[in-house]
Amino acid sequence: METIVSVKPLLAVLVTLFVIPVLVSSSGKPNARESWIFIAGTIKLVLILSMLPVILEGKQIVLTLFEIAPGASIAFRVDGLGMLFAIVAASLYIVTSIYSIGYMRGLNEHGQTRFVSFFALAISATIGAAFSANLLTLYLFYEILSLATYPLVTHHQDATSKISGRRYLIFILGTSIGLVLPAMIYCYHVTGTLEFTTAGIFADQLSKPGATVLLLMFVFGFAKAGIMPFHTWLPAAMVAPTPVSALLHAVAVVKVGVFSIVRVLTGIFGVQLLGDFNLGVVVMTIASVTILLASCIALSQDELKRRLAYSTISQLSYIIFGVALLSPQGLLGGVIHIAMHAFGKITLFFCAGAIFVATGKKYISQMSGLGRRMPFTFAAFFIGALGVIGLPPTGGFYSKWNLILGTLEAQQTLFMLVLLVSSFLNAFYFLPIVYKGFFGKSPDEDDTTPVKIKEANLCCVIPLMITAVISIGLFFYPTIFVNLIKVGLAIK
Amino acid sequence: MDNYPALIVVTPLLAALLAGLAAWIEDRLSYPIALMGLALSTFFAFKVLMQVIGSGTIHYRMAGWAPPMGIEYTIDLLNALVLLLVSGIAFLNLIASYPSVNQETNDRAASFYTIYLLFVTGLLGVTATGDLFNLYVLIEITSLTSYAMVALGDRDRGPIASLNYVFIGVIGASFYLLGVGYLYLKTGSLNMADVAHILSGIQGSSTVLVGFILCMLGIWIKMALFPMHVWLPNAYTYSPVAFSRVVAPLMTKVMVYVMIRLMVTVFGLDYIFNTLHLADAAVWLATIAILAGGVMALAQKNLKKMLTYIIVCEIGYMVGGAWMGNQLGMTGAILHIVNDALMTFALFLAVGNMVYKLKTIDLPDLKGLFGKMPWTMAGFVLAALSIIGVPPTCGFFSKWYLLLGALEAGAYHFAAALIISSLICAILFFKVFEICFFESLAGGHETAHGVVEIEEAPVSMLIVSGLVSLSIIVVGLYSGTIVNSIILPFLK
Repeated sequence: METIVSVKPLLAVLVTLFVIPVLVSSSGKPNARESWIFIAGTIKLVLILSMLPVILEGKQIVLTLFEIAPGASIAFRVDGLGMLFAIVAASLYIVTSIYSIGYMRGLNEHGQTRFVSFFALAISATIGAAFSANLLTLYLFYEILSLATYPLVTHHQDATSKISGRRYLIFILGTSIGLVLPAMIYCYHVTGTLEFTTAGIFADQLSKPGATVLLLMFVFGFAKAGIMPFHTWLPAAMVAPTPVSALLHAVAVVKVGVFSIVRVLTGIFGVQLLGDFNLGVVVMTIASVTILLASCIALSQDELKRRLAYSTISQLSYIIFGVALLSPQGLLGGVIHIAMHAFGKITLFFCAGAIFVATGKKYISQMSGLGRRMPFTFAAFFIGALGVIGLPPTGGFYSKWNLILGTLEAQQTLFMLVLLVSSFLNAFYFLPIVYKGFFGKSPDEDDTTPVKIKEANLCCVIPLMITAVISIGLFFYPTIFVNLIKVGLAIK
Repeated sequence: MDNYPALIVVTPLLAALLAGLAAWIEDRLSYPIALMGLALSTFFAFKVLMQVIGSGTIHYRMAGWAPPMGIEYTIDLLNALVLLLVSGIAFLNLIASYPSVNQETNDRAASFYTIYLLFVTGLLGVTATGDLFNLYVLIEITSLTSYAMVALGDRDRGPIASLNYVFIGVIGASFYLLGVGYLYLKTGSLNMADVAHILSGIQGSSTVLVGFILCMLGIWIKMALFPMHVWLPNAYTYSPVAFSRVVAPLMTKVMVYVMIRLMVTVFGLDYIFNTLHLADAAVWLATIAILAGGVMALAQKNLKKMLTYIIVCEIGYMVGGAWMGNQLGMTGAILHIVNDALMTFALFLAVGNMVYKLKTIDLPDLKGLFGKMPWTMAGFVLAALSIIGVPPTCGFFSKWYLLLGALEAGAYHFAAALIISSLICAILFFKVFEICFFESLAGGHETAHGVVEIEEAPVSMLIVSGLVSLSIIVVGLYSGTIVNSIILPFLK
């Protein structure tokens, strides 16, 4: 593997970190502050995209910062997988920043400077996690992200957010210190390295029971991925302002969890070892349980954001499910779902937030007939829902198609049923919202008066249109992401 | 240049005398003298560390008398490092103390500075000396000055805490002196290197065994290893903040240094781990200390007292690491001397700032502090994260070595205790953060949503606290360098 040494990954991580003092110092001038966010976000995206051609050629960009101990350093390595995740996160950061303006100003929220500052810190940590060269670096950014998100989750500083924040910490910090840290130290103790390699770091040091325990410690320990039973923090975290739910709890934070598990499966254990010990099925079973249960719970939720949260929990497990198939198609379908789900789900969250800003409504039962007043929002919601269900013409179809092919390839027909049943459930909990929105009877208006269109402000509506369009675009042009995964995982 | 080892210790001693004398003429003179003395001492310590790294151990003979008759200062990598740590922290603390000393000691600033300098002299001497009896004398100097300092503090509780401290401190000192007596009986020498040389020939001797155990018990009492810790929480809580800021990070750490010095240099690791069979018991004791310290900290309602119990917990880290019987554990213990000193110092600096403004440090009185003292709280949060062990703060990296050492030695109970104590510390500190973040200011009618006036401590205090908090991250990132260039060469 050809590698190039470059400071670009470091710069890409740091740019949104260094902008924080600027944000704080311009706290009295919201417009100046917001422009700085765009400048930083754009520089970040440009830096990341400038590395894209090299990565697509199959090369990797590396940078070692600090050598802590032999085989354990703080270092970056940009490969296809990390690149895919970084592009998704950095591009959606810019879109979310526009949305934040509309949402936070629309609701006249307090502490906006604190909000944007921790948001910038969170996105820095996300990119850091995407570019991590080894488990130690990944853990470092994972923890920074956990802590940076806490003030965002508890932004309202009231009793509810205090309880949610507590739950968030107990689950996220508790599992990362209690499970991942010992597992990581054990890996280092046994092998003397934590570097991600496609062959895995273990030679023959692990027995099957030992490997199983270690694997489970990682899978449950990265609780940001929302594997049951360590998922309840995610619905609780929905008390946060919607931009946080949209970017962090549909894209950045939760996918750092999934991404970490993917890295551990493919880079620490290695597909080979997992196959030999038949551990793929173990992970797949865990993921399947989460997929089905979370979908069922989502059906029963009346608060829109909570329904979306349970849907996210279920969809995150698709990714883990796909990777655990250990077959090329499965890997491809799983990993590309990181991108496909991101664009679909963020659209849905943007819509939920836009509805709240425009009407103050949070519960699905109150949204009947609302689509006639907010046609753009509900159209986008429809597209986002299609993406999550996995229907054409959205990118979600591509990942689900590959996942199903993957189950056939790995000859796990039973698990194919899980995907099909879950798709049904997804349709059940999303499509009625759209249907009732457009055709249902509105509680607070009679049929005779003509309907006036009353959308949320433009800063809210434009981002959700953008992500909806991209969601459709990915159906037709998934090529870049597909190629990135192929170079990243060395599959044909 | 040649006299630097002695000057490190003698400069603060002279400064103490001068500061005391100068106060007869003019009270205000004592502060600059004290500051100058410690600045010089820090400079000498830095020079000596560089010299030792460059050209190896320095043997300095007091007044030219040759050992074993004369007193020898032996500066190797380990104590050069600790000397710099002690003098540096003492110097920085003096800067931060200036605004508050008069107020805290009822206008006895001059006597405060004199005793403070004598205390630091004692600590530096303990670290520098290569003579067992001289060590006892210097320990007593630090202890006597501490008794005086504690009594200077809280008018109601200070004297009683001091008395309690005196009783237990004297017992500890007697144990140590008795142990040295036994060793002197057997070897006829007090010079560490000389004693070590003689002891290597008489390893089976039960007199040596008794001497060793007595010395260890004495040191353990002085370092407040659970259950010999009972003097520490009250003594540190009720002493003036300006003093607890320096005694909390340094006193116990210097005693850990003494323990390691006795183990490595005087008795030899070979004797301790192969002839004696006390290591398991010591590691168990450390395990219990960690858990007990953490649990007792949970019960506290006063922030300063809570921190003192965390010190009790951290002592367990270092004792356990040193007694682990492998290089990784010892590396972790030595690294933790530096790290724990820094993070405890940072925490107490933050506490000092809070006390300066709030006049109280009970947990319920800290409401709304994030808004009121953002800089102080930023420093506090960083130090707290280091105690919890979040990378890239330094606390994570010493924990890393300690955990690896525990795994190598098969001491899973100790590893489990480390993980559990991380979790307990997370609970402890987030409990504090919650109070500071969610609840509105005590007494005031501002709400979390209103604009809170920033009322920070004086700039000098903030700068010191900011510097030390940043050093936590810097030292963390460079822990690989510290281990490779100082700790590992020392242990070879």
